[in-house]
Amino acid sequence: MTATVRPDAVQERILRDFPILHKPTSRGKRLVYLDSAATSQKPQAVIDALVKYYSEYNANIHRGVYEIAELATTAFEEARGKIARFINAAEDAEVIWTRNSTEAINLVSFTWGVQNLRRGDAIVTTQVEHHSNLVPWQLLAERTGAELRFIPVDAQGVHVLDDLDRLLDGAKLLALSHVSNTLGTIAPLDMLTKRAHAAGARVLVDAAQSVPHMPVDVQKLDVDFMAVSGHKMLGPTGIGFLYGKRALLEAMPPFLTGGDMIKRVEYTHTEYNELPWKFEAGTSNVADAIGLGVAVDYLRELGMDWVRAHDIALTAYALERLAELERRGLVVYGPLPAENRAGVISFNLGDVHAHDVASILDTDGVCVRAGHHCTMPLMEKMGWPATARASFYVYNTEADVDALIASLHKAADIFKLK
Amino acid sequence: MDDFYKGYILEHYREPHNFGTLEGATATFEDLNPLCGDRIRFDLKVNAEGIVEDVRFSGRGCAISQASASMLTDTIKGMHVEAVAKMDKQVVLDNVGIGISPARMKCATLGLKVARSAALGEIAGWPEEDTP
Repeated sequence: MTATVRPDAVQERILRDFPILHKPTSRGKRLVYLDSAATSQKPQAVIDALVKYYSEYNANIHRGVYEIAELATTAFEEARGKIARFINAAEDAEVIWTRNSTEAINLVSFTWGVQNLRRGDAIVTTQVEHHSNLVPWQLLAERTGAELRFIPVDAQGVHVLDDLDRLLDGAKLLALSHVSNTLGTIAPLDMLTKRAHAAGARVLVDAAQSVPHMPVDVQKLDVDFMAVSGHKMLGPTGIGFLYGKRALLEAMPPFLTGGDMIKRVEYTHTEYNELPWKFEAGTSNVADAIGLGVAVDYLRELGMDWVRAHDIALTAYALERLAELERRGLVVYGPLPAENRAGVISFNLGDVHAHDVASILDTDGVCVRAGHHCTMPLMEKMGWPATARASFYVYNTEADVDALIASLHKAADIFKLK
Repeated sequence: MDDFYKGYILEHYREPHNFGTLEGATATFEDLNPLCGDRIRFDLKVNAEGIVEDVRFSGRGCAISQASASMLTDTIKGMHVEAVAKMDKQVVLDNVGIGISPARMKCATLGLKVARSAALGEIAGWPEEDTP
């Protein structure tokens, strides 16, 4: 067994940056937060940025001519630029602010989708999708008469690509998650994008679980659209973004309409604004966009290669420690080894329901997810009523994994597993 | 919720009472808790006097949902179906006998919800003149 390593200087500094991790639970336990795939914690710098905006230069953007309005506009647009550089977009205008990745996906479905899909076309997705990257396409298929097809996954949740040519035949869109939120499976995006483009399909990536955890370069991957949530990458809730290639965004009709997305309005006609504002009707979420910019600064400082390596190291350590519990009935799901998945581990403990596992862990301050993780069709296919899920991020340490293992032994004791 | 897993809850989870389906049931209802995927079905056999003569439940879920459903079958056997339809969640909480956090309340009351719906279905199926 690998010995538990004390957090190094980098990790100790990171831990200091997250105030919530220093607040004990109501039972006086240390908070062991293992649910970052649901939402991440926020560093003090992000919290401070929100307070600074509201207490020093809160003003509406793009209109005011006074000093604080200009400050707000500049900070808001600078945050967009930070996002663009973070994902290596060709230009800032290819980054559209949304509430989250769900809204970003719906934006594409309601605009590009309705404009481009016809009866007889196909939308291809996969069997591991989060409901956010499934329900919009079901609706679009219903609305346009297009056919919805699924790339299957095997028992480990790994994509099965034997039938890819047939699946992509007649496809207009391939919409898939880069990383599965339930199993941590990493899609072979490079290859799938090439194949989809060769078949004449556009590619939309749900990157809610990948952009926070690994280097992602949209130009290198050559994806057409990418949806991301800010709150899973150290940023505030209520802010996320859509990346889209300029030519596609230009040709798309607007999504929500009203103020700010217009250039000129007459009583019976409207000329839309330029990118990216064409898709940003109404007053934007200024504070949270600025906060997300600061979150991106924080991640860039750590370096996304470090973030990915940290996830792999912690996942490898967790998989090794979890193996101790196999004799007590613990089963780990998803691809192996750790390098083949993101920092997400779904599991079940004997005949103990995942909800009971999570409730017992909670009494020790250990936060894990339990349920279907918004992937009901995948759970049904796999025959799992529910799973427990531990997920890691930059502030997690081997001590957190140790706490998880100790608490799982306690759950096994309570349920009298041998 | 530290006393969450009292011995009798685990007993009901591992060896639930009146588990299965019922041949000749007069009312059946099934529902699920979409939050966790728990699923419970109740079969009732109600006699001409409106008394629940027999009951079975089936399904899958956490210890709280399964144990509370199991205990509920013991409670409603012999009750009048109209009383079953009007049961309050306090019945379930008294049965379970431990503190239930807001997050787990849906688990604890899923069986109750299903049993009440089955009872209402039974009553709705009565001929007009028999309905009080």
